[in-house]
Amino acid sequence: MKLGSLIPAPLRKPAKPGTGNGAKGQAPADLKTAPPERPSDAQKLADRAKEAPVDVLAWVDQRTAASGFLTGMLFRKVPKGTNWFYTLGSATLFAFIVQAVTGVFLAMFYTPSTTQAYASISHINNEVFLGAFVHGMHKWGSSVMVILIFLHMGRTFFFGAYKYPRELNWVIGVVLLILTMTMAFTGYLLPFDQRSFWASVVGININGTGPIIGPYLSDFLRAGPELGATTLSRFYAIHMLLLPGAIIALIGAHLYLVVKLGTTAPPWVRAEKPKVAAPVSRLDAGADGNGATPAR
Amino acid sequence: MADEADKQNGAETSSRPERAKPDPPGYFEGESMTRRRAFTVAAQGIGGIAGAAIILPAVGFAVAPIFHRGKERWEEVGPVDDFVADTYRQVVFTETEGIGDAGKTTAYVRKGSKQFGESPNEIVAVSNRCAHLGCPVSYIEAAGNFICPCHGGVYDFQGKRLGGPPVRPLDQFQTRIRNGRVEVGPRYSVTSQLEPVRARDPGEFTGGIWEYLYPPRPSTFPPPGG
Repeated sequence: MKLGSLIPAPLRKPAKPGTGNGAKGQAPADLKTAPPERPSDAQKLADRAKEAPVDVLAWVDQRTAASGFLTGMLFRKVPKGTNWFYTLGSATLFAFIVQAVTGVFLAMFYTPSTTQAYASISHINNEVFLGAFVHGMHKWGSSVMVILIFLHMGRTFFFGAYKYPRELNWVIGVVLLILTMTMAFTGYLLPFDQRSFWASVVGININGTGPIIGPYLSDFLRAGPELGATTLSRFYAIHMLLLPGAIIALIGAHLYLVVKLGTTAPPWVRAEKPKVAAPVSRLDAGADGNGATPAR
Repeated sequence: MADEADKQNGAETSSRPERAKPDPPGYFEGESMTRRRAFTVAAQGIGGIAGAAIILPAVGFAVAPIFHRGKERWEEVGPVDDFVADTYRQVVFTETEGIGDAGKTTAYVRKGSKQFGESPNEIVAVSNRCAHLGCPVSYIEAAGNFICPCHGGVYDFQGKRLGGPPVRPLDQFQTRIRNGRVEVGPRYSVTSQLEPVRARDPGEFTGGIWEYLYPPRPSTFPPPGG
């Protein structure tokens, strides 16, 4: 296994018995020829320092058994034909992480009050060091995330990657899309300038055109009959507490299923017949039989 | 329990004679629930009550504004003599308190006109909130129409829809005269025949079956005479 050398020692699977160097009970060859040189104290210390990171990893691994999961996830096999289109999901995840990180820093300066929100945004843009940059990353990054999530969805659709047994992951993805759109909608109001105010008025009114429950939905969103102070704090709380939590939880479930089920080959790659007919379960091998589960 | 499975899988193949299991300690004839089951039900029940005690108030807290109606608010906008019957005068007043300029709204105010069967003593206040999606319309003197800048909605002098995407006439505000000065009050919507109904959000039809498809919200005030 070529990848084996990349994995740090404690995360590596132990060699099978009987495959190591030398026969059982025999001293290693170099012991026979010359006595080992006694290392100096400095040498010992340097050796131990080199081992320290691995020791720390081993300490954690002994208590969590995380290495099996991590090697399974990070070194999993992918089907033939995997190409750049398969990176769109990771790109969306990265866009989300950018939003989360920049959002945390914006929240340190932002005031969700109708009289101070706009002033706090102009303070961020004009006076805070790199404030305009971080705000810009968050603002433009939101559009990037929406675009990437749609491209990722298109890739999944056109490659037929939503089919059995991955339907549930498609459903989770659709919920993530809706949550992302809600994120974009609630975030738009926060600068509280003319554009965000009227865009939110229009957005809430579009919500209200749904028959029967529509009027109540817009009252719920506004926290009253008119867009006001409580609307802003409500959108802020939804934007930075409720939705991120839900999105993180669902991304976890999404990734778990990706690792568990493996990815699909592109539709133009034909499935190879297995050389040995092995009794693998359908779920284990992936629907196309390309076997994306980690090697045992 | 495993008894059924044992009978099918293990017990049949083994040649050992089947022996009756002893009754569990404390068992009595006619027992309806085991101790284990009683505790399971009790733990789930108490857990459910504890969960509801947290979730229900939180949901209620978030949903309560739907059922809350604020105090009726009247604001004075000028002496009666400021207004005439054949054109509108623009007034700005506070509709939502506590949020500064964002809580202000604009109304176009005139005296009643005999041409439309209105009494010359009454005051008409037309909201500038477009009935399509809530953009601010403005009264264009030369055209005698209200025109919306967003999606091209057009309303006639009385606020009835002439063209574009709006679904009903412009909203109005209740008015009254106190000590020779005009006061504007709560908002109400109108049907296509200008009959007052409770305030609806933009984009929602009024009148006929639409009164049921877009039910009035508890947070709005009753219309005048309603």
